[in-house]
Amino acid sequence: MSTLIRLRKGLNIKLAGKAEKILLPEVAVTRYGVRFADFPGLVARLEVQEGDRVMAGSVLFHDKAFPEIKFVSPVSGVVKEIIRGEKRALIEVVIEQQGNERIDFGPADPLGITREQVTEKLLKSGLWPVLRQRPYHIVARPGTVPRDIFISAFDTAPLAPDLDFAMANVHGGHLQAGINALTRLTDGKIHISQDAEGSRVAELKNLKNVEFHRFSGPHPAGNVGVQIHHIAPVSKGEVVWTLDLQDVVAIGKLFGTGFHDREKVIALAGPGAQHRKYHRIRPGASVSGVLKGNLGEGNLRIISGNVLTGKKISPDGSFGFYDNMVTVIPEGDYHEFFGWAAPGLKKFSYWRTFLSKLVPGREYELDTNLHGGHRAFVVTGHYENVLPMDIYPVHLLKAIMAGDIELMENLGIYEVAEEDFALCEYIDPSKTEIQELIRSGINMMIKEMN
Amino acid sequence: MNFLLKKMKKIEPLFEKGGRFEKLHSVYDGFATFLFVSDKVTTKGSHIRDYMDMKRTMTVVLIALMPALLFGCYNIGLQHTRAFGINDWTLLQMFWFGFLKLLPMIIVSYLTGLGIEFIAAQIRGHEINEGYLVTGMLIPLIMPIDVPLWMVAISVAFAVILGKEVFGGTGMNILNPALTARAFLFFSYPGWMTGDKVWIEGLAKNGALDGFSGATPLALAKLDGFAQMPSPMDMFIGTIPGSVGETSTVAILIGAFILLVTGVGSWRIMLSMTLGALGLGLLLNATGGNEYTQIPAYYHLIMGGFAFGTVFMATDPVTAAQTNTGKFIYGALTGIMVVVIRVFNPAYPEGTMLAILLMNVMAPLIDHYVVNANIRRRLKRVRTA
Repeated sequence: MSTLIRLRKGLNIKLAGKAEKILLPEVAVTRYGVRFADFPGLVARLEVQEGDRVMAGSVLFHDKAFPEIKFVSPVSGVVKEIIRGEKRALIEVVIEQQGNERIDFGPADPLGITREQVTEKLLKSGLWPVLRQRPYHIVARPGTVPRDIFISAFDTAPLAPDLDFAMANVHGGHLQAGINALTRLTDGKIHISQDAEGSRVAELKNLKNVEFHRFSGPHPAGNVGVQIHHIAPVSKGEVVWTLDLQDVVAIGKLFGTGFHDREKVIALAGPGAQHRKYHRIRPGASVSGVLKGNLGEGNLRIISGNVLTGKKISPDGSFGFYDNMVTVIPEGDYHEFFGWAAPGLKKFSYWRTFLSKLVPGREYELDTNLHGGHRAFVVTGHYENVLPMDIYPVHLLKAIMAGDIELMENLGIYEVAEEDFALCEYIDPSKTEIQELIRSGINMMIKEMN
Repeated sequence: MNFLLKKMKKIEPLFEKGGRFEKLHSVYDGFATFLFVSDKVTTKGSHIRDYMDMKRTMTVVLIALMPALLFGCYNIGLQHTRAFGINDWTLLQMFWFGFLKLLPMIIVSYLTGLGIEFIAAQIRGHEINEGYLVTGMLIPLIMPIDVPLWMVAISVAFAVILGKEVFGGTGMNILNPALTARAFLFFSYPGWMTGDKVWIEGLAKNGALDGFSGATPLALAKLDGFAQMPSPMDMFIGTIPGSVGETSTVAILIGAFILLVTGVGSWRIMLSMTLGALGLGLLLNATGGNEYTQIPAYYHLIMGGFAFGTVFMATDPVTAAQTNTGKFIYGALTGIMVVVIRVFNPAYPEGTMLAILLMNVMAPLIDHYVVNANIRRRLKRVRTA
């Protein structure tokens, strides 16, 4: 058994509304979309126009800086709309699903072909963007060879799906092929991190050519960035790649069948949802299928992803490219009389100034209210408590605010992604937009390094 | 409360841009968010946020100050009766007497300080910072009761404008604003901040009974050696002359308990500062030197402003060291510095204020070295890899 890495820092937010471990069949929807905001830092060049016919696997757009990185349609149909925002910025490509045509990229044995051939297949099929790199937490750049590849096999975010349950229900037989393909891409190791109990899924347990690690502790122990930091941290000049476990299956499927098929098992969760269960869905599909008949009462916010890092979407919005859950929580657009002074028996908090600390085990319906106004950083010594990395969060954030590239580099910007700082943002009494700040720092680094 | 909310919403447009009272927007916002938590929802990043905000943080500190404040009121009355030979006052009478004497100071402190904060917030277009709620209470508590109100007002103005706002407001200041106010008076009007007259209400104006000295224990120790000092029990409970809120170690310990249980105050600073003072005190007991070195080490913890400074001043998160390791170093050095000033400086009997202000200046330097150690760890990794 692999050694256990114990993390103490972090916080499990006791949000009500976990999904029951029952898997529902995929609900057919016709609206699909690929959102540009799912890929931070991407400058895209469209390859389709409204009205074009596409197949599952047809290229919709590519990366301007790396034209070989293609983003493809998850289904066959017609490009219905290209949504643009202010200054014609690209927002989303919407596809109306029709028929079932798909491009055959041809099966292959990844162990029998070269690194270049594996790379080319991933790029052509549009599966490449599932690979993301640290530093910067952006789509991996082709042409580099990562030191290692990291995969997190558990998710600790609030209400996150049980990835072991998901793996038990994905179409089996492709996982090892996916791993084999990954081994062609790196000279280092494939690291898979599991929770303390490890996995009960035989296919996962018996994987070859990987190194297993086990982690215990509160969120963000399941964040791949935190795991990398404790297994083999990213130093200046190094690059590692990360991807989600279910996308390893998708890669295996590509090499086994020749088709681009990213069907995932995801959870519907949150206090604003009813009949919370697991669903099959392909990224890009409208969440209206998952939400049908399952929305609660009142003014709700629908989030593709978890409450800390997900994106707000409309009830028929597209399921995000990298997400593994849909969360529904009540909006918090109400005034509370002397809310800041209330004893807080029913308010979950990181802070010990709320009486709720005296009642362990309870779950809470949290909403989207900001619970305060924006202030400068005042309190100290607490952000560190929810970031299990040897990094000084406030010093790094202040370096970003000051635009000090060298200091950001020295303080560890290469190791972090906005998701690792989500809890700092959650507990912050000064209500700073910490995740956005981290991304702006990363963008500064990318600009500086090119 | 719907009625109040509706009223509030109705007058809101007057304070918006272009409204009649546009210039009072920060004032309106300050009062509105005081009554009702805003209905603002998250737009970026995490969709849920903790219920904790700056108002609650500062409120916790205010609650922690209450025991010292209440005891301070009582002690003002008590010292007054002792100085003027009054024998028939009840406890409640003493408390009420003290309360009435202290209240104007608190009001002046808040009016001056908050007035400046409101103006600064309006000029910057920010929301009003709650920091002054604590500072405004700390200032009367670290003043002698007989200090004139106009002095309180100008020291507050000095501290808030030059100590805080010129640096960018709450969160950006280098020196603790409350101590800046006290230091300002200390050096500008030493006659009102030191000596043996100012600590007891009415003493400066009327004089006391023959043979009565209103000097603080620290001054007694300095002048006459520690044989003249009150008993350690009196100093611990706080029935001694001194600044309003600083005399009672017991009341301050209750406040410390509140700050530590809620996690708002830093245990690292409180612990290391106490150990620093105690450690040097013990060392001096062993080595000797002057008469003052022979004062039992634990006296340092219960005399003067040490307890109050440790719990409420040195722990100010903005002006203290910000890294956890830095806090230990900062606290220990502050504690040591208090004793150094008390024992070896012939001019000042008390060292807490100056020690904390000095270490406020040093705190960024301490953090600098702690953070550099982190940077070196990261760079070392590259070389070995």
